Amino acid sequence: MRLVALRAVALVVSATVNAPSLADDAPANSAAMSHGWEFSEQGGAELFGDVCAACHQPDAKGAVGAGAYPPLTADKKLVSTGFMLTVLFRGLKGMPPVGDMMSDAQVADVINYVRTHFGNAYPDAISTADVSAARPRTSPP
Amino acid sequence: MSDAMVPALSRRRLFEIIGASVGGAAAYQAMTRLGHAEESPYRGPIMLDGDPKGASVIVLGAGLAGMTAAIELEHAGYKVSVLEYNLRPGGRNWTLRGGDVYTELGGATQRCEFDPGLYLNPGPWRIPYHHYAILDYCRRFGVTLEPFIQLNHNAYLHSANAFDGKPQRIRDIKADFDGGVAELLAKATKKGALDEAVSTEDREILLEALRSLGALDKDFRYRAGDNSAAHRGYAKHAGGGLSAEPIAGDPVGLHDILTSRLWRGLQSFLLYDFQTTMFQPVGGMGRIGEAFARQIPARIRYGAKVVAIRQNDSGVAVEFEDLAAGGMVREARADWCVCAIPLSILSQIPINVSARMKAAIDAVPYASAVKFGLQFSRRFWEEDEHIFGGITYTDLPIRQISYPSTNFNAGGKGVLLGGYTFDGANSYEFTAMPPAERVKRAVAFGAQIHPQYLSEFENGVSVAWHRVPFTLGCAGDWSDEARKAHYNDLCEIDGRIVLAGEHASYIPAWQEGAVLSALDAIQRLHKRVVAS
Repeated sequence: MRLVALRAVALVVSATVNAPSLADDAPANSAAMSHGWEFSEQGGAELFGDVCAACHQPDAKGAVGAGAYPPLTADKKLVSTGFMLTVLFRGLKGMPPVGDMMSDAQVADVINYVRTHFGNAYPDAISTADVSAARPRTSPP
Repeated sequence: MSDAMVPALSRRRLFEIIGASVGGAAAYQAMTRLGHAEESPYRGPIMLDGDPKGASVIVLGAGLAGMTAAIELEHAGYKVSVLEYNLRPGGRNWTLRGGDVYTELGGATQRCEFDPGLYLNPGPWRIPYHHYAILDYCRRFGVTLEPFIQLNHNAYLHSANAFDGKPQRIRDIKADFDGGVAELLAKATKKGALDEAVSTEDREILLEALRSLGALDKDFRYRAGDNSAAHRGYAKHAGGGLSAEPIAGDPVGLHDILTSRLWRGLQSFLLYDFQTTMFQPVGGMGRIGEAFARQIPARIRYGAKVVAIRQNDSGVAVEFEDLAAGGMVREARADWCVCAIPLSILSQIPINVSARMKAAIDAVPYASAVKFGLQFSRRFWEEDEHIFGGITYTDLPIRQISYPSTNFNAGGKGVLLGGYTFDGANSYEFTAMPPAERVKRAVAFGAQIHPQYLSEFENGVSVAWHRVPFTLGCAGDWSDEARKAHYNDLCEIDGRIVLAGEHASYIPAWQEGAVLSALDAIQRLHKRVVAS
């Protein structure tokens, strides 16, 4: 039932320009899927639910098989936004650099979301400008 | 921000801008293009001459790389043992059949409800004719192959935003694109626009070639008529008796094809990796892994999760959890180690190798991929739409629908590959969903191409490779930069350890890469052993 309600909300949102992200702050699978290579999700909850949760799981508790996806719950490493930016833009071991498929605002949103949910309560939010400065760049040819 | 600095345009982003990449083919091509310089270097069964003098080897992983190494080393006289996390051989060489139960990371469990004889290959599913090594092993180990239909001219190209969302037959788009381009080029040639580039003699030959290959009429036009119909088929097919005369259809205009972007789907049929003839094992790709395992029945220990790999001057010790014994930690020792564990896993396992090799192990992200197997109550694609095998490409999130390349025209039920994503946003989005939600969406998307989905769908399974417990991803997704910096370090023998797998090859994500990597690794290892 909850999922159905969320989808209805998302459909309305997608039809509105510059609409705020879902009022419900819990991660969930979005009704709409992205059209291109990059993620179209907006807001930390949507991005976490559609991207991060693929491996770290919807509850951020991670998973264990032959190898493991680390939990992001009450995670002391997340104190460093620089660490998170590096992971999102460079990847980490088997983890792909998913930040390559997000805008600066999306990267900021999802980092701020994870750092304030799942038992994390870091008060310092990262800005879009911070993300832009950290994004890998190359000189023009 | 300095004006001289611009955000890095990833290779993929570039592809997307020019419109070449919505299907996975271009991304796939970018990932593997380094491997296409020449044909498979495989030149027949490996010869490991010389006496290993009773040396022992522990092989980690019973996928195709690990089993190739184990089989050939045993033939050469080594004492071989294999540790495997799963309870079956094959690794990513895997077929899901009715009755199989699969639990993904996160705990969601699917029970495959397919009817007998129907299956999904979640991993590899087709073998190019130029993958000589895997073909040779299939022959030697008695794996029966059948053709895998990659190109079916009667399958579809589809865009939700073109032709009112109506799927177009591949033969129409292909013939009409070729014809439209040939007409343009013929026009330019006749106007003399190419005179500087083409000699007078070549000009006449070129015009005839354009007419022939583009199905142009006597005036070098691509129009409805016998010439174009000979390539694209007829609006009303030829029959017998009265009212039997065929009627040629109207070609789709070049402008409509260009703006629809449906031409992107044609690329998948041009790539060297996907050219005719391709093969699949009768009964599912998993038959290969099963056949390999039969060569070394007593050597593979299943349910063994490797947790530490240590080496010193005298040998290698591997700690593993015995999953059948509640995870009790055991140790296995050998003189040498061939490690065919995916880097996504190996990067998490303590291992004392050189800093350079460890950096290489840690340098490779693993691709995202999702596949869907959907069972339908009848083979409507054959019965209603005359599609016998092949692949429909779409810009919907499912990206493609593949029709079974077996049991043609026999009626009964069938299983479609209801979607196959490879990297990109949708692959992650599907992965993040519960399996039932993935299948539900794949059915809803597929119904936009085949409305019969809605009444004929029976059951389905999906495998999202980032949630596969034994690999945590589909395959090593090397960037050019990472390969340049780390590939050789990954492949060097480090003390008593050598790595193998598709990740240690220039044919990533293909079984051929896994097998060739293993053969190269054990050749070098054997040389070292014999010399020591």
